[in-house]
Amino acid sequence: MKISIERGTLLKAVAQAQSVVERRNTIPILANVLIEAEGETVQFRATDLDIEVVDKALAQVERAGATTVSATTLHEIVRKLPDGALVTLIADSAAGRLTVEAGRSNFSLATLPKEDFPVMASSEYQSNFSAPAGMLRRLFDKSKFAISTEETRYYLNGVYMHVSESDGGKVLRCVATDGHRLARIDADLPEGAADMPGVIVPRKTVGELRKLLDDDDMAIAVSVSETKVRFATPDITLTSKVIDGTFPDYTRVIPQGNTRRLEVDAAEFAQAVDRVATVSSERSRAVKLQLDEDRLVLSVNAPDSGAAEEELAVAYADEHLEIGFNAKYLLEIASQVDRENAVFMFNSSGDPTLMREGNDQSAVYVVMPMRV
Amino acid sequence: MPSLCRDCLVRLENGRRCPHCGSPRILSHPELFDLTIAHMDCDAFYASVEKRDNPDLADKPVIIGGGRRGVVSTACYVARIRGVKSAMPMFQALKLCPDAVVIKPRMSVYVDASRAIRAMMDELTPAIEPLSLDEAFLDLTGTERLHGQPPAVMLAGLVKRMKDELGLTGSIGLSHNKFLAKVASDLDKPRGFSVIGKAETGDFLYDKPVRLIWGIGPAAQASLDKVGIRLFSDLLRWEKADLTARFGSMGERLWHLARGQDRRRVSAHEPIKSISNETTFFEDTSSIDILDGHLWRMAEKVADRAKARELAGRVVTLKLKRADHSAITRRITLRDATQMADTVYRTARELFDQVGDQGPYRLLGCGLSHLCPESEADKSGDLLDPGAGKRSEAERATDKIRQKFGDDAIIKGRALR
Repeated sequence: MKISIERGTLLKAVAQAQSVVERRNTIPILANVLIEAEGETVQFRATDLDIEVVDKALAQVERAGATTVSATTLHEIVRKLPDGALVTLIADSAAGRLTVEAGRSNFSLATLPKEDFPVMASSEYQSNFSAPAGMLRRLFDKSKFAISTEETRYYLNGVYMHVSESDGGKVLRCVATDGHRLARIDADLPEGAADMPGVIVPRKTVGELRKLLDDDDMAIAVSVSETKVRFATPDITLTSKVIDGTFPDYTRVIPQGNTRRLEVDAAEFAQAVDRVATVSSERSRAVKLQLDEDRLVLSVNAPDSGAAEEELAVAYADEHLEIGFNAKYLLEIASQVDRENAVFMFNSSGDPTLMREGNDQSAVYVVMPMRV
Repeated sequence: MPSLCRDCLVRLENGRRCPHCGSPRILSHPELFDLTIAHMDCDAFYASVEKRDNPDLADKPVIIGGGRRGVVSTACYVARIRGVKSAMPMFQALKLCPDAVVIKPRMSVYVDASRAIRAMMDELTPAIEPLSLDEAFLDLTGTERLHGQPPAVMLAGLVKRMKDELGLTGSIGLSHNKFLAKVASDLDKPRGFSVIGKAETGDFLYDKPVRLIWGIGPAAQASLDKVGIRLFSDLLRWEKADLTARFGSMGERLWHLARGQDRRRVSAHEPIKSISNETTFFEDTSSIDILDGHLWRMAEKVADRAKARELAGRVVTLKLKRADHSAITRRITLRDATQMADTVYRTARELFDQVGDQGPYRLLGCGLSHLCPESEADKSGDLLDPGAGKRSEAERATDKIRQKFGDDAIIKGRALR
């Protein structure tokens, strides 16, 4: 194999590949990226056995062929090369080396046979549809903060992407929860997605997917089966296994009967929460909300380290309420609000609270209170 | 050289026999009257109590332990000569010593004896750190003016009183820190009194194996073996930074211990780090129902103790031992610290379900660690487990009933399995 490729193009392709590769590997080949050159393109493929990413780039292919080389080493080399450099990759299979040439730099890297590289088995996808990158970005960005890291409830370690109904119409819905907070985000159902099986997209895949979604108008080809999900742009294909488990029935978690309505400027609210939480030294910083007519007092009382209080003008017309929350959870949901005021719907100090943006039902958050 | 008769407590200049009582038990050491940190360890404590209470047993090998299935908790010196050791499985002990008299532990009697010893120690110094019922560190620094006698004399007096008034013997280690005091108490058992002075510390440790250190078990020993550390002299060749890089905080401790340095204070208020409970079954079992019953009872005991100490824990540990004695340990960090039996049980049960091993098991235990005050615990509920709040209220109510009418006043059905 011998190819020449522009440094910027190569860096982008290799960066995507090396981020999938796990930092610590017991199987040496999994630390490598598979480079395949044919026709006018070169393909970079990396996997951790759960996720596979294939990145295509245009290159001058002098001699077709394939080899595998350490993804992080190659990435580091390309990153340090000067911008605009032309990089030549020459594989010598007899010597088991890959030569990387750019200007006066010359590197010789150890390779592993391409035959050893595990290629993810292709599967039959039940549903194929196209969705704008901007829409997918919103669905995952607004839900991913609630993904659980708990190992025992592994089925919560991802975003549950499925088809549901809202206001009588069908929607594409993403839900994530860790048992303390929950995010439920809806988007218009793309054409051809109605038969999609519900899948739990793992946390790491959500992170990798994000890199495909920067361009708002890019159409992303989405394919879903019971066991796998695939997101593809013309250049990059991200294939991932989905979490083998049943996502809990989240609908009963979302409170329906909460009537006490608080409306507050989300940014002001978040800043105030952040300020008062500073005095708490506990791991889970608890903030107390005291609500009276059109008045909200946020307070933290940490016996060992101090106390703080801040008052906010809000819209609230119900009777007096005192309720406590983990400051971090409040900050996270408040930061999801970017256009209108945040609307909280409370019941009692022991019941889950609902938060949404204005009257927008397409993004709903639930947070569990804590004893203060 | 400063010397002391251990029988009549007279201070001597030297000599092989006490001129007052004729006893040969003379203790001599250049630093004898300067050292102040001691470790007192009773000799075969449980067995000695049994022999004291039943003189017929005096010359017989006695093993204290839990039935046929359990392990040896204490073996008297007669049994030890035959090779019986603490923590040895009972069947093995009985193979070595078939005529041994096996006695089930009578904890309340031992606790009484321990309290009596503690009362005697309290007369020596307020700085006492008990390690268990039968051993304790004592710091006698600055007590010489109070007692009119140096620590060595007071300590010799302590073991003499224990023998005379309680019929129990103990061994004393006297040195300049806890680590060496503990090592010393073990040098000359039973009825020993060993001294490790400052001047001889380096020479004393030089050719000793590092497993002498309390807390270096077979696992730690194996990882030290890998880098060729077997003796204290091996440790001396290591730089502090290298030891720390390789073994973390233990590495730094090893570096100091290799030089006989140990700055830990003798403190009665060592904060507890974990609460755990385990049980060895009468018969190995792989029955989920039986194991589940045990798991609940263990979780309840752990929670009871946590509640009694007003503590809660963030890490739940499950421990299992298979029939072949191999152990499985699983732990998980909770988002919210807990002291509730229900949460400990459910978490441990999840861990158990994930082990994916059929058993059979001989032992099961569970524990709580990463402790914090109870005020920081069980603060938030679980969205996905709406019943948790009710169960927790039920547990608090049950606790009140048990407090008033006794532990068996109200129990869960699963506790009967």
